Amino acid sequence: MEKRLFIKGNEALARGAIKAGCRYYFGYPITPQNDIPEFLSKEFAKVEGCFIQAESEVASINMLLGAAAAGARAMTSSSSPGISLMQEGISYLAGSELPAVIVNISRSGPGLGGISASQGDYFQATRGGGHGDYRTIVLAPDSVQEMHDLAMLAFDLADKYRNPAILLGDAILGQMQETMADKPYQSLPLPPKDWILTGPSGRPPRLVKSLYLKDGEMERQNWRLFEKYGRMKKEEPRFETTPDPDSELTVVAFGSAARVAKSAVRMARAEGMKVGFFRPITLFPFPEEALLRISQRVKRFLVVEMNTGQMVEDVKLAVARDAEVTFYGHPPGSPPVPEELLEEIKKAIL
Amino acid sequence: MKQVFKRPQSLKDAAFHFCPGCHHGTIHRLVAEALDQFHLRERTIGVAGVGCSVFLYEYFDIDVAEAPHGRAPAVATGLKRVLPDRIVFTYQGDGDLAAIGMSEIVHTANRGENITVIFVNNTVYGMTGGQMAPTTLLGQQTTTSPYGRDFHQDGYPIRMAEMLATLEGVAFSARVALNTPANLQKAKKAVKQAFEMQMNDMGFTIVELLSACPTNWGLTPKKSIERIEKELIPYFPLGVFKERKGTNHL
Repeated sequence: MEKRLFIKGNEALARGAIKAGCRYYFGYPITPQNDIPEFLSKEFAKVEGCFIQAESEVASINMLLGAAAAGARAMTSSSSPGISLMQEGISYLAGSELPAVIVNISRSGPGLGGISASQGDYFQATRGGGHGDYRTIVLAPDSVQEMHDLAMLAFDLADKYRNPAILLGDAILGQMQETMADKPYQSLPLPPKDWILTGPSGRPPRLVKSLYLKDGEMERQNWRLFEKYGRMKKEEPRFETTPDPDSELTVVAFGSAARVAKSAVRMARAEGMKVGFFRPITLFPFPEEALLRISQRVKRFLVVEMNTGQMVEDVKLAVARDAEVTFYGHPPGSPPVPEELLEEIKKAIL
Repeated sequence: MKQVFKRPQSLKDAAFHFCPGCHHGTIHRLVAEALDQFHLRERTIGVAGVGCSVFLYEYFDIDVAEAPHGRAPAVATGLKRVLPDRIVFTYQGDGDLAAIGMSEIVHTANRGENITVIFVNNTVYGMTGGQMAPTTLLGQQTTTSPYGRDFHQDGYPIRMAEMLATLEGVAFSARVALNTPANLQKAKKAVKQAFEMQMNDMGFTIVELLSACPTNWGLTPKKSIERIEKELIPYFPLGVFKERKGTNHL
């Protein structure tokens, strides 16, 4: 059995990244994710990794682009305002089909916002975020264990699809300390990196680009990307659900809101209410098939988010037409408490 | 018969799309000759900036990455850190390097990244149609300074080669021009030296090349060459502003 560690989410994530072979990190300080660069700047020295504290998030994401083009497993981390600055680079990564991991230990906004946990970046993460018609893989951990495990998975999925992958945590997940199993990294089957830039020694020159000017080229590239996102939708949706065939209501939440929601669902069941629970782990691809299946039996859904309503739109698009979706939002400041959600469950189920 | 002139191996057999009298073609050739001389082609990665120089990959027979506008030095940093034994250069215009990319160029230079920057200064945004650049001269009319650049409104043209020379991380910083055969020879020497210093792990090297843009200057190629001598060189003096002799940074 693996060793168990009692550590912070940010450190768990950084440990996962190192295990997955990440040896290049570029980042700029911002709360509440500073434990990640601090940990990596120390640990990379032991594994011959390269750590650069960049002059800005704009520089970080472009260093990441260069390292990815050279074939390295590389990552950056930041928090919401810094992730906004990276959107140009993320769009270029997606357009140039480069694998890279971007960690958003999100905080509240808009603007300078605050440093408390928020889920206000759901749209930004799942809709592309930057310019152009693209998607990023988005993984949403709900525990220190998943910060670690999904960090490893993010590198594999990025490589599998040659696409940027975002790990969307928040201030709570980054800062809280829990026990976790120190699981080893096990790679998915991955395609060879036969496209990386190394200098054209004994082969024709290679090119990493996203500019398409010739007639029809851009349209073909967009359809090609669309087809790739389709494969992701087919193969990669991940979710956690508590099966309850008799349930009258399913509570849907992701990330730290899901932790609270799960407690509330447990309390509701203890009181005899028939309530199910559903947590998307991949926010893109969104597990819409699984939700649709549930909605063929259960007609009522309560979506809980730490914002004023973002994922709820995806839930509405996913469920059967005759399903009823209600929303409970708890914008940033303090997180919701289980008792508060229990009241919402009672209202939704009556 | 003895062959006395040929296309450098590092260039593809492709016709340049550049306008008549534009110096990009000459600069491409200078870079390619330097790569040829040191047998670097097979281990070189170029980073294309945004602007007329974005089509680097159409002409150079090397690996190329396209960078977002201004970000080429950051992209080159990522590439070089992963592949320290390869040759990495950026090729950037004045809008790309001295306006939107000012932060990246300064900090990349300051870190002493072991890359070479080919900086084409033609005092104007070329590809977008001749707008004012950070290097546009005072009084120079462009499509966004139709009454001539006025320092009250737009500040002064930036002298990048001198500015970067003040940074400890910089190993070599020079400004050259291509307006006369003598200047062309000096330009060739500077470009070669920059790549040679990168081969020797000397740190950050930059060559600023004063370049003609007849189309956006509204001048003939010949008048453009004359303008470089009369207007550009007096404000942007030629020379080597920094030349580190050893690999020790200080």
